[in-house]
Order: sequence, then C-alpha cells, then structure tokens
Amino acid sequence: MKKVYAREEYCLGCKLCEVYCVTSHSESKDVVKAHKMEEITPRVIVESTGEVSFALQCRHCDDAPCTKACITGALQKDPETGIVGYNQEKCVGCWTCIMTCPYGAIKRDEYGRSIISKCDLCIETGEPVCVVNCPNNALVFIDLAEKQGEGVEEQDKLVKEQGGCRD
Amino acid sequence: MALSYKNPEFLIERDYDKCINCRVCERQCANEAHYYDEDLDKMMAIDKNCVNCHRCVTLCPTDALRIRKYPLEFKENYNWTGEMINNIYKQAETGGVLLTGMGNPTKKKIYWDHLLLNASQVTNPSIDPLREPMELKTFLGRKPERLEFDQEGNITNLPPQIELETPIMFSAMSFGSISLNACKSLARAASEMGIMYNTGEGGLHQELYQYGANTIVQVASGRFGVHQEYLDAGAAIEIKIGQGAKPGIGGHLPGEKVGEEVSRTRMIPKGTDALSPAPHHDIYSIEDLRQLIYALKEATDYEKPVSVKISAVHNVAAIASGIATAGADIIAIDGYRGGTGAAPTMIRDNVGIPIELALAAVDSRLREEGLRNQVSLVIGGSIRNSADIVKAIALGADAVYIGSAALIALGCHMCQKCYTGKCNWGIATQRPDLVKRLNPEIGTERLKNLIRGWSHEIKEMLGGMGINAIESLRGNRLMLRGIDLNEKELEILGIKHAGE
Repeated sequence: MKKVYAREEYCLGCKLCEVYCVTSHSESKDVVKAHKMEEITPRVIVESTGEVSFALQCRHCDDAPCTKACITGALQKDPETGIVGYNQEKCVGCWTCIMTCPYGAIKRDEYGRSIISKCDLCIETGEPVCVVNCPNNALVFIDLAEKQGEGVEEQDKLVKEQGGCRD
Repeated sequence: MALSYKNPEFLIERDYDKCINCRVCERQCANEAHYYDEDLDKMMAIDKNCVNCHRCVTLCPTDALRIRKYPLEFKENYNWTGEMINNIYKQAETGGVLLTGMGNPTKKKIYWDHLLLNASQVTNPSIDPLREPMELKTFLGRKPERLEFDQEGNITNLPPQIELETPIMFSAMSFGSISLNACKSLARAASEMGIMYNTGEGGLHQELYQYGANTIVQVASGRFGVHQEYLDAGAAIEIKIGQGAKPGIGGHLPGEKVGEEVSRTRMIPKGTDALSPAPHHDIYSIEDLRQLIYALKEATDYEKPVSVKISAVHNVAAIASGIATAGADIIAIDGYRGGTGAAPTMIRDNVGIPIELALAAVDSRLREEGLRNQVSLVIGGSIRNSADIVKAIALGADAVYIGSAALIALGCHMCQKCYTGKCNWGIATQRPDLVKRLNPEIGTERLKNLIRGWSHEIKEMLGGMGINAIESLRGNRLMLRGIDLNEKELEILGIKHAGE
C-alpha cells in the first residue's frame, strides 16, 4: 500500500506538516480558524533533537498491534485499503493503543478529551496534506512494493535511497 | 563598550489576527529574530536581529508577516546618508573592516539597461523558434587559424573545446562559501542541461567527481584542493586571478566554516582559516602566468582548455591581450557588480569597472590585435536576465557566467549576509541544520527551469532579429543601439545611438 515515508536529511523541523494536518482535519478547513477556534491535535508528530528531525505518522502496519490491543474496536484495519482506521465514537481513551504502538505514532488528544489522534492518510482528500505541503519534499507518499522488488531487502534499499526509515 | 548606537535595519510586522502561534518563523530564523512569549501567549520579534531574508515570510502558513525598512530617519542630508552614519557607528564600536556579501548594490549606471536590441521588419524575415531550428550550441576554447583535415575528412588540428548546449555557465562558487547541497544542485543542473559549473577555489568534493564532464575546476592563489585527480576530473581548468566583487584582494574562509568535509576537500586542517593570498605568489608578470598555464596544460596532456579569470579593472583590455598571448584558451572577465560570499564593503562598492564596458573594450582590442580567435571570451558580474545575455553576446562574449542569478533560483533573497554563515536558505552556510534546508533535487529542478526559460527567451530574441544561430550574433554590435549614452560611452561600447 502507499505510505508516507520521511526523508530525514531534508526535514527542516519547521512543523508545517502539523499545521496543515490540523487544518485538513478541521471543520472549517481554514488555517487560521482551525488553530484559533477549533481544538484539533495534529495526527503527524515531528520528532526532533538538535539538527535531526523527521515527521512521523501511523505506519499502518500489516499486523497492526494497536488493532489487537484496542478494547472497544475503535481501531480497525481496513482489509482493502490497508489503512488502520480510527472511530472516535467508540474510543474510551484507555490509551492501550499508545502503549502497544511500536513507533510512538499515536498521541493523546492535546485538549484533555478521552480520544487519540492518529494519521488516517487523509482518506478524505486522497493525498496526505503533510506530503503535499512539505516545503522541502522531505515526505514522500509511495508504494514501495509497487515501485520495485518484493523482497524485504530490496525494499529496505529503496527506502534508504529515498533517505527514509522502513516500517 | 557601553551603549550601541546601532538601530534595527528592518521592522517585523505581525498580523495577530492571522498569527496562529505555530512558531514556524521562530524555528526557521537562524538570526533568532522571532520568539514565543509564554506569559503573553504571543509570538514576538527582535527587529535588530532581522536581515530581511524573507525565510519566515515565505514559510508563514497564514501570511501573517511583513518586513519593512525600519522607519527611522536621520535628518535629511544628501552627503551624510543613514548608511554612511551607521557604517561609522559600526566601525567606531568594533574597529573592524566593514564586511558584506553578494554584488555591488550602489546606484551606478547599469549599461545593460541602456542597450536596445534590434528586430526584423519587412525587409528581412524574423524566425519563429517554435517552428524552425534555432542553434544555441557554443564551443569554448582556442580556434585554429585554419582547419586541417585527414583523409576521412576529420579535423586534425582542433585544440580542446568545451561544448555548451546554451551559452550559460554557473560561475565559480566554492564548497565552503556555499553548501554542499548548493554545489550538488549546480553540478547536477549543469550536467543535465549540458552546460558547465565551476568549483571555485574550494576543491572538488568526492561526491561531485561524477559530474566532472560538466565541471570547470579552478586553481586560485591559495591552491586549495588542487591535485592531479582534481585537474583530471574537470572538463577545463580555470586560473583565478581576480573576482569582480573584490579585485586585487584575496579570500578568507573563516575557520568555523571549515568543518570535516570542507577540510578534506580543501586539504587543510579542520577549523583553520582558509586564506587565499591577494596575488598568486608565483605570478608577477604575463610570462609567469604563461608558465602556470603551460604547467597546467602539461599536467593534463593538453587535453583541456585553460581559462584565466580576471576582474574588470581599468586596463582590462591590455591585460586580456597579455593573457591571450600567454596561451590561455578562455578569458573570463568578472564585472564590478559580481557577487561574493564575503568582501570588504569599500572594495566591493568602489573598485573595478562595469562589465559591459570591459567586454566591449576587450573584444575590440583582441580583434585589433588579431587575437580574438585564439581565446573565447566569457563574462560575468551580474547577468540578471536573458536579455543581458543576448546583449553580452552581441557585444562580443562567447558565453556568460551566472552566479547571483543561479543562487536566486536556489532561494537566495539577496540579504547580503552570506559572510555570517547563517544563510536561512541553506546556500551560504555550513551549518548542518541550515544546509539541509536546500534539497538538491528541488534546487536542480529550479536551476534547470531557469536555464530552460532563459534559453527559450534567447531563441525568441534571436528569431526576432532574423538570426537562427547564436554564432551569428556573436560580436554583431549592429544589433545593438544605445539610449541615454554619451559619445564616449557609445565609442567604447562600439555601438550607435538609437535612431542612428
């Protein structure tokens, strides 16, 4: 499936991906209103320390441990698209998914509600907004298996060429 | 020192209705002009740190920022301008030399803007470059007096040439003065567009050897990074005598910019200042220059053209004639508007002459002395658009070097603070967190687009003149007319006034 890969060597750590993520997941879809009038937690997390930074979002794992850990069925992997979907209505905020996520890609809601925030690959708009709006092309949205080779090693090589880290 | 008299140069205006406290401006400013105040829950600015590079403005997702000239006027004085006064304040505080970056910005006549191009009407047809072939291919190097052929009809006596798809090259900018990502962008764009880029006096980074066929390697007074493999790597070798922005003085790359990679490439210890002497200590005459030219030719089996780069100074025509007789294959002349990573302000703004006059004078002199075919003429020093290139070629240049224009394509906003090493656009810096801001894939594309766009415009202008090959324009000064120029200027430029 197509996933978002980070190219750490070009990430500015500007966090514009977070800004556009918030806007895209807002009611108003307006960058100013989304930040000033709505309470939205970005679904992408920029990890940075010193000069190293990269954007991290849900890896939509094949064998997603969060879906198994979820006690209410709020997290489900769509067998067709491969996207690990999240149903906010079902979530009770037990945070078990956060503990099981091997990437630390799930966040608690920043406004104290008993919900989580995680990447949905912008299913509504088609192309992840973090990728579209990255000022330095530090994020790519590609299907590694489709690109070439099926072997894990080849995929690793491809991701490395792209400068990203494999999930 | 007690109180500083320096005032801010720029004012940062923030529209708080639009500001969302995302802090992108703060993260992107290497000069630390923005900060978030937790108590006020507001983004704040420190105006005096701002250099007006537009990085924050360009990245602000809500267009909440504006940068203005700081609204502080001195009592009006034609002689003692604010700039003069502030310069004195600076020097009275530090006792230092005023430093600056990029080219001469002072209000002096720009001759390109006083030259007008011709076009065909009725009596000779213009050519549509979209329908008919149009040749921009350019060869640089010594052209023989006459051609000799073998039995198969191949030319046997052609000295080495550099082949360019379009008469534009990226001028010398060293790894050290600019970042490796900037060098990579230039090298890749040159190789994909079939033109040349120039290493400057920074040696050749290991990762750039693969672009050797599109590289001119420079040998300058500090001899940094020069060795056999380096000379062999390039398509041509350039001896740098002078640079338009700072004729007569050397270079100084401060130790803090000499990190691991720069140190290895330049072959100097890490953290030491890289000092290029003002003169080449083995060149005190044309005869000495000849020795170096031939030493380099000998070292590369006479397979590569050797260029000599000088800045445009008062006696440029006589000097160029000497360089031609010394055996150079290419003469590169850099005008007084040429850029730099760092130069003393007084030198940059007051030394040297305009490239347009220098070019016309050199081309005329070489023709008079029957030397013109022995050398190709490349000029640089503020080529700002494709029309400047067409005018330069009509004045007699074979090709042009572009430096500032190429950097602007990469994101340079001409803030002239290259010498601080804090370039927010990842160009004139060695700081890893800033260097990564310039993604060479994007940089390469932007440079290629510029070359593509300019080449297309050159073809349009040639077509308009009824010319279908750049070769037919070279030195064709009848295609030029002057406007607002006096007799002497017209005489030096070798052109007629508009209406004549």
